[in-house]
Amino acid sequence: MTTTATPPATGRGQGAPDLSRGALSMRRRVVNHVASGSIHLALLLAVIPLGLVIWTVLNRGAGVMSLDFLNADIPNSYRREGPGMGPAIVGTLLITGMASLMAIPLGVFGAIYLNEYGKQKPLARTIRLMADVMTGVPSIVMGLFIYISWVLVVGRFTGFAGSLALACLMLPVVIRSSEEMLRLVPDELRQASLALGARKWRTILTVVLPAAISGITSGALLAVARAAGETAPIVIVTGIVFSTNTNLFDGSNTALPAQIFRNASQPFVGAQDRAWGAALTLIVIVVLFTIVSRVIANRFALKER
Amino acid sequence: MTLTENKPETRPSLAPQKGGLLADRAFSWWTLGTGLLVLGILALILITTVREAWPAFVEMGFRYVTERTWDPNPAEGAPIFGALSFMYGTAVTSLIALLIAVPVSIGIALFITELAPRRLRGSAITVIDLLAAVPSVVFGLWGVLVLAPILVDFYRGVHDVFSGVPVLGTIFGEAASGRNFMTAGLILAIMVTPIITSICREVFGTVPQADKDAALALGATRWEMIRGAVFPHSFGGITGAVMLGLGRAMGETIAVALVVGGSTNLSANLFEPGNTMAAVIVQQFGESTGTYTAALIGLGVVLFGMTVLINLAAQRIVRRAEARMRGGVA
Repeated sequence: MTTTATPPATGRGQGAPDLSRGALSMRRRVVNHVASGSIHLALLLAVIPLGLVIWTVLNRGAGVMSLDFLNADIPNSYRREGPGMGPAIVGTLLITGMASLMAIPLGVFGAIYLNEYGKQKPLARTIRLMADVMTGVPSIVMGLFIYISWVLVVGRFTGFAGSLALACLMLPVVIRSSEEMLRLVPDELRQASLALGARKWRTILTVVLPAAISGITSGALLAVARAAGETAPIVIVTGIVFSTNTNLFDGSNTALPAQIFRNASQPFVGAQDRAWGAALTLIVIVVLFTIVSRVIANRFALKER
Repeated sequence: MTLTENKPETRPSLAPQKGGLLADRAFSWWTLGTGLLVLGILALILITTVREAWPAFVEMGFRYVTERTWDPNPAEGAPIFGALSFMYGTAVTSLIALLIAVPVSIGIALFITELAPRRLRGSAITVIDLLAAVPSVVFGLWGVLVLAPILVDFYRGVHDVFSGVPVLGTIFGEAASGRNFMTAGLILAIMVTPIITSICREVFGTVPQADKDAALALGATRWEMIRGAVFPHSFGGITGAVMLGLGRAMGETIAVALVVGGSTNLSANLFEPGNTMAAVIVQQFGESTGTYTAALIGLGVVLFGMTVLINLAAQRIVRRAEARMRGGVA
């Protein structure tokens, strides 16, 4: 009789305490409801502007969209109505493409340094930190930088200057996302390759990189999508044209974001229509890149263990 | 006997090949070089922009940051370049943006990490991703052509409500058009929400499940669990997220340039048009020459310095918070 449980007589009343919701004090219940209500409201506050922006762009953009709009030259007067964004579409694709050609390989090699050589060395940590800081450098500052160190040196506006500015903006993003992907590659792969006698550079290029390539591609495409929407540096360093210029190294160029910016600040209906059409085109391009990036990331994801 | 004599010849050579060593070294130097590119570019930005802006700094001296007049083409006398109004505009618009975006972002992050049913979580994340994917110039286009005209009436209503009240009457003053500090702040709020949300999400994700379970087991409601277990753990991380958002808001150029109104104005009235450092550069760069250009680049230097400092501090804070979290979990 020494090990009997303590009698339930202590505490209030009989049996187990009431743990149901109804036992909560009024104040606690109300606070909980208000809090969870506000959290849902917060999500709504983000959904509403997003929905409105996308709906307006689709609505206004679809009105001017046509094959002619995608092909024709840009009217050289904001007053004139009618289609034409061809040069800007070509410009966006060329400038962003050239920027990717520069930033993605360099960024991947930078990531290889950070993950395969530098690791936790002070220099690597500094580069990592500075890459994060560089991600936060305003695009307008990058535009000024390229204006001073390229446009002034070469002596003219070119599409290539825009590519340089976009590449500078993409570089830290590519480095950091690629490094994350390289870190996911299991060490056993590296050890197996080294044990077979492969040099470190061959191990990295033929074993580590292929294992991480889908993740790297996906991250790089996201960076490309973001760069395609950058406006400020393009406005400052590429000048302006009204007919297609396929030469990035000679003569001014233009791109969709810059056209949206210039046309949006005009009071004329024709210009504003073109701005909406350009916005729709730009969003389609950006969303395409984002979707492809997602598909690649999901389809070929490195099996995380 | 014969066996031992043959052995040395059949054993494969394990000595490193000569050419490989060189390739290895070259490759590691090459990757190091690309890594150093980041540091190089940042240093170059600082050097070139400061050098190019120097004439304006020299000519204006300390008045560059204390003078509120910005007059590149005065009727008489030398042009005056005082950046104070633009610095004020940057500060005010960023502040408005953060006041709105921070609670909203924390709310969304809490929804995703704590409240959402599994199916809704995916859609909430997609919403935030889409918000981040829309180019800022599109938000600007929408802001200037759709939002600003609608908001004028709303601003006038707010002004009527507060017109007699001492301080609020000044802050919510007369609204001439929809392009003003307030609209710029609202558009900025939309644009910094994704970045603050994504960092808050990461930070909330590091809160140990055991702490949350413990709070719930003690009878805490969902909100009490969030207040008692989630917030204390993530205070540092939230601070870092807010600072990263601030850096983004200060540097945002195009959308602000479209909706802020574009006038040199230092006024407490949020419904008056003004300008910010980043916006003024892109608006006036094309028509500037000489010292005027230098003065605009000077704005870029100030902007660069401030965003780098803010980002450095924010990264420090986020990293320290994350490291402490990881230590706490283990």
